[in-house]
Parts: sequence; structure tokens; C-alpha cells
Amino acid sequence: MSDTKEMKVIEKQAVALPAEQTKPGPVFTPNVDIFETERAITLLVDMPGVKANELNVDLRDDTLTLTGDVLPNVGAPGEKIYAEYETGRFYRQFSLSEVIVQEKIDAKLSDGVLRLTLPKVEKATPRRIAVQAG
Amino acid sequence: MIYRTLFGAPSRQFGSSFADLEGMRRQMERLFETYGDRPLARAGAGVFPAVNITEDVDAYYVSAELPGVNSADLDLNITANQMTLAGERKILEEAADARYHRREREAGRFSRAVALPGEIDPDHVKANLVDGVLTVTIAKAEKAKPRQIAVQ
Repeated sequence: MSDTKEMKVIEKQAVALPAEQTKPGPVFTPNVDIFETERAITLLVDMPGVKANELNVDLRDDTLTLTGDVLPNVGAPGEKIYAEYETGRFYRQFSLSEVIVQEKIDAKLSDGVLRLTLPKVEKATPRRIAVQAG
Repeated sequence: MIYRTLFGAPSRQFGSSFADLEGMRRQMERLFETYGDRPLARAGAGVFPAVNITEDVDAYYVSAELPGVNSADLDLNITANQMTLAGERKILEEAADARYHRREREAGRFSRAVALPGEIDPDHVKANLVDGVLTVTIAKAEKAKPRQIAVQ
């Protein structure tokens, strides 16, 4: 029909954190797309079920930490009779090599996808230097 | 043959081999449920999206994680005992000068049929897509609801 492909189930990747959690439950690695333009680095992170106030974006010492909690049983009360996926915390850490303008970081969460824009500092944006032949 | 007449289980004797297989499968599942540390979660049908089903007295709740899917791109149908969920997840093109470092999120079409465990009322179905999680609330058929019987 069209050129779009059929989606497959990819089991959520559970991770073990270095420190033990105070709250029990599984921790998953969210899927991300990361792309860079001349001005910014953008991350798109799939975090289904995470509300904006349960999402934590932290950048310190060039380490970006994303944590999102999914409240259990949101919208689906009652007893589990069939389950193919689990819910829990989303957690992922990145170390950034670029210098980021902390004040201009923009985070938007819509339909379970976080869009995080990290603008690079002006110095890091390339400037074209004309090389003259002599 | 003498064994059968002496100790045989008559229901087994003429039962189809399919029923036997089904019984074996159930026993295996019970085994895994007892010894596996996460009894319920498994890849299931392997068809996107993965679904969870819960129930209470009044309804079944089918939920699926569909981050970044627009409700306009979802097509949900209910028949007497089956729900079909089809749609497409689109990922928009970014700026032309974007250089990708990671691409883990997938786009594409999906279609899934879910058999419902009991009789339902197709006129009372609600669907919500909140924060990338779809929850379909399907009311149970009036006659399928448990009824308390006063013992006299």
C-alpha cells in the first residue's frame, strides 16, 4: 500500500541502576532520537504515561539525566487479567560534549514524547572563515 | 487396550490431540507463573502495540503505550468480542541540517486485534489517549456482570 513499514513490538529495556532504589519497581530505558543542528542538540524521548510534573530533567557537570515516573494503574483500574508490558520509571543519562546554554534549555512533553532542546553556546557555533590563497 | 478399559480416562481417549496440546500449554504456563519472577509480562502476540487488560466489576480496560501517536491517526473498532486497533505512528522530518546521533524511535503502521475475555456491551465503549497511553474502557454486557445472590 504505502511505503510505511509495519511496527514491531520491542520489549522495553529494563536497566539496573548503580544505586538501589528506595521505591521498588522496574526501571526502563526510554527510546531516544538525538540530532544536532548548528545551533542546538535536540532529544526526542518516548516516555508514555509520564505526566509533566513527574518528569525530571537535570543537567549538571555535562551530565544530562532524564527521569520520568509512571503512576501505576492510571486510567486502568481493577485487576490485571492479561499483561504484555510493564510500567515503571524511565531513566537515562547522557554525557554531553558540547557546552549548553543552561538558561535556554527548552523541554516540552506532549503525547508521551519529551522534546528537549539544548542550545549550544555561541562560541561553539561554527563561523565560516574564508581562507585566502596567497 | 486392556489398560484403557481398566484405568483409562474416557474423556482422554476420544479427545482431540488439540485439546491435549492446549492442556499441556496451560500446564507449562502455570509452571512459568509459579517459578518466573515476573509472572504476567511477556511479549505476547508479538504484534504492536503491546496491550495490558484489566477488569473490574463493570468493565474491561485495555491499555497500550502509543507515545507520539495522534488520536486522529488511530482507528478503533469493536465487535461482539473483539477489539481491533489500527493506526500509524508518524515521526516528523526535522530540519534539513540535522545530523542524527541516535535513532531509536520507530515509526510505521500497526494493526492489532484483541480478543476480549467475556461478553461486552459494544454501545458503551470509551477510549482515551492521555500522555501517549491509550486506555479503552469496554463495559461488560449486563448479563456478564456478577450479581450478588441473597442466600435465604
